[in-house]
Amino acid sequence: MAFAAFSTNAAPVEAAPKKRSWIAPFLLLPGLAYLSLFFLVPLIALLLTSFQATEFGPLGKEFVYAFQWENYVQAINEYMPHIGRSFFYSITATIFALLIGYPLAYLMGVTLRDFPMWKSLVLMLVIAPFFFSFLLRALAWKQLFADSGPVVGVLNMLGLFGPGDYLNGTDFSVIFGLTYTFIPFMTLPIYTSLDRLDIRYLEAAGDLYGKPATNFWKVTIPLSMPGIVSGTLLTFIPASGDYINASNMFLGSPSTAMIGNVIESNYLITQNFPIAAALSIALMAVILVAVSIYIRRSGTEDLL
Amino acid sequence: MIGNFAEAGADLELVGISKRFPGFTAIQELDLLIPAGSFFALLGPSGCGKTTTLRLVAGLEEPTTGKILIGGKDITNIKSYRRPVNTVFQSYALFPHMTILENVAFGLRRRKIPNAIELATEVLKLVELEHAANRKPSQLSGGQQQRVALARAVVNRPALLLLDEPLGALDLKLRRQMQLELKSIQSEVGLTFVHVTHDQEEAMTMADTIAVMNKGRIEQMGSPSELYDLPQTVFVANFLGQSNLFSGKVIENNANSFTVDVSGKAVKVPTKRAQRHSGSVTVGVRPEKLDMHLNKPKDAANLNILGPGVISDVSYTGVSSTYFVDVPGIGNMTVFAQNLEESENFGAGQQVWLSWVVDHTFGLADMPEDEGKFVRDDDTTSLAALELADLIEEIEEEM
Repeated sequence: MAFAAFSTNAAPVEAAPKKRSWIAPFLLLPGLAYLSLFFLVPLIALLLTSFQATEFGPLGKEFVYAFQWENYVQAINEYMPHIGRSFFYSITATIFALLIGYPLAYLMGVTLRDFPMWKSLVLMLVIAPFFFSFLLRALAWKQLFADSGPVVGVLNMLGLFGPGDYLNGTDFSVIFGLTYTFIPFMTLPIYTSLDRLDIRYLEAAGDLYGKPATNFWKVTIPLSMPGIVSGTLLTFIPASGDYINASNMFLGSPSTAMIGNVIESNYLITQNFPIAAALSIALMAVILVAVSIYIRRSGTEDLL
Repeated sequence: MIGNFAEAGADLELVGISKRFPGFTAIQELDLLIPAGSFFALLGPSGCGKTTTLRLVAGLEEPTTGKILIGGKDITNIKSYRRPVNTVFQSYALFPHMTILENVAFGLRRRKIPNAIELATEVLKLVELEHAANRKPSQLSGGQQQRVALARAVVNRPALLLLDEPLGALDLKLRRQMQLELKSIQSEVGLTFVHVTHDQEEAMTMADTIAVMNKGRIEQMGSPSELYDLPQTVFVANFLGQSNLFSGKVIENNANSFTVDVSGKAVKVPTKRAQRHSGSVTVGVRPEKLDMHLNKPKDAANLNILGPGVISDVSYTGVSSTYFVDVPGIGNMTVFAQNLEESENFGAGQQVWLSWVVDHTFGLADMPEDEGKFVRDDDTTSLAALELADLIEEIEEEM
């Protein structure tokens, strides 16, 4: 359902083909095969794992297929703080990314519309970070935020930071990292919307006594809503499951662990597969519900 | 200035307006006074600067030089949202994310008028679209959208209503209906309407005063009948209706008339109906003023006679027929004649004489050769063809 938000037409499937032909299914075959092999099968495996029960056999701890729904209760009870923190971080980061991304997109799509050279330059600046590895950029920020790094140095100099204060591993650094990572994902869809915005609507609004600020809220924002919805989803969904920024190897610390970090450690360190799987499924479910409510509420189904 | 409905229309005055865009001049030194309460049409081919003039008045462009006054108040530097002016845009520019009712109420709400929804509904009734109040613009046909655009502007009762080709997308019947509607709204409310159009028939039927614009200048201004009866330039003579034009040297000057030598034929022109009275001049006569005769009519002091010529083509248009008469030395003349019994005599190939009353002749200020005024895609015929194509497209869309 969430993915419908990115498609240009909400109901392409319903346009029933007039002629029954084997060509369409045949052309779909590779895609369907790929989807079932790499999406459906793992998803089912994950679902089955999430209900597995632990048994102690001759080889030690092992997991057997069962219907142990208590896994979910246990996972959610145990990791409630992480789940809450995850959504707090991802929602905050999404809001900041929107606050930074929208003006950027507006600059490119509207203000610089008649100056193609400047527009390309800004667009390039937005995309340029993609040329460097995401991990490298996170590490670079870790260096910048380090206790002996320039940011803390400046804050110390200004007297805002005392000797015991630090940046790395705080809520701030994780939210900063998430915001920074997802700004391009927020900016580009909004830019596409604003680039198509017909200036004549704004002229008409001005002609109808709308002040520029009113016209922005009444005309520009609603008309760029599809971009805003796409951008926030492209930011919010991956940010909720992010485990790089929040990990203590990068900008986080144990106290900033997000649900992604918990899943990672349950899988790879404690090897508690059913709990990790239950957490993954729960995360997916919460995101799906949140996103579908969001799409409904934003009323963009017909604009998408 | 805003916050209240205009009590009445206001004068619009343009003083020395010019507008230059990089690379070309859209308007040159335009002076114009449109009195309050009048229905004024700016008529001209595409690219003549009429839409730019409208945008200057609406505040969507800034003039390079000159002043704009509404009701005696200089509004040149006032932002568009503070001007007591509303525009019906050529592209309609209806907000796609709002319902029809919200679109119409937009201006009222911005001015914090209390019963915005009631007033908007009332205006929608006027344009017969109250049933579509809750639809989105994309669910309406082009003609309906145009009526919404009109309603959205009229509901604000501006001192000055600007119409940018507002009836272009309507079919003939609806257009007639809307023309009458507009006219009645205008006389009811007494607003000043400025109507930009390339449709000379629309301008003539609706406007009290027409200004014919060409290449950023006003060629001639006056009431429809004045402009039609006595065009002053070749452009006006051809753009507003059709004309038979001849050029020649003035050979004789009398008290009330002068005679022009057109390829050896004498054509008399009343002195007060001519812009120039000596040297080479261009004179003309409207096609419906011409009479055709099988035999050479008797010379008379008040008659211009040309001929003999040969009818090269006849086209029947119902109310009348159009005859193309090839007169040696003069060229093709167009004659509109009613379909009476004698018209059976006038078939293609028939030799005829043409005559008209001297008082119907007009003398122009310029010559047809001047600065290439016959640009092919500017004339009414090709514009009409374009409109026809659009209309057919729209009909097909609706089916």
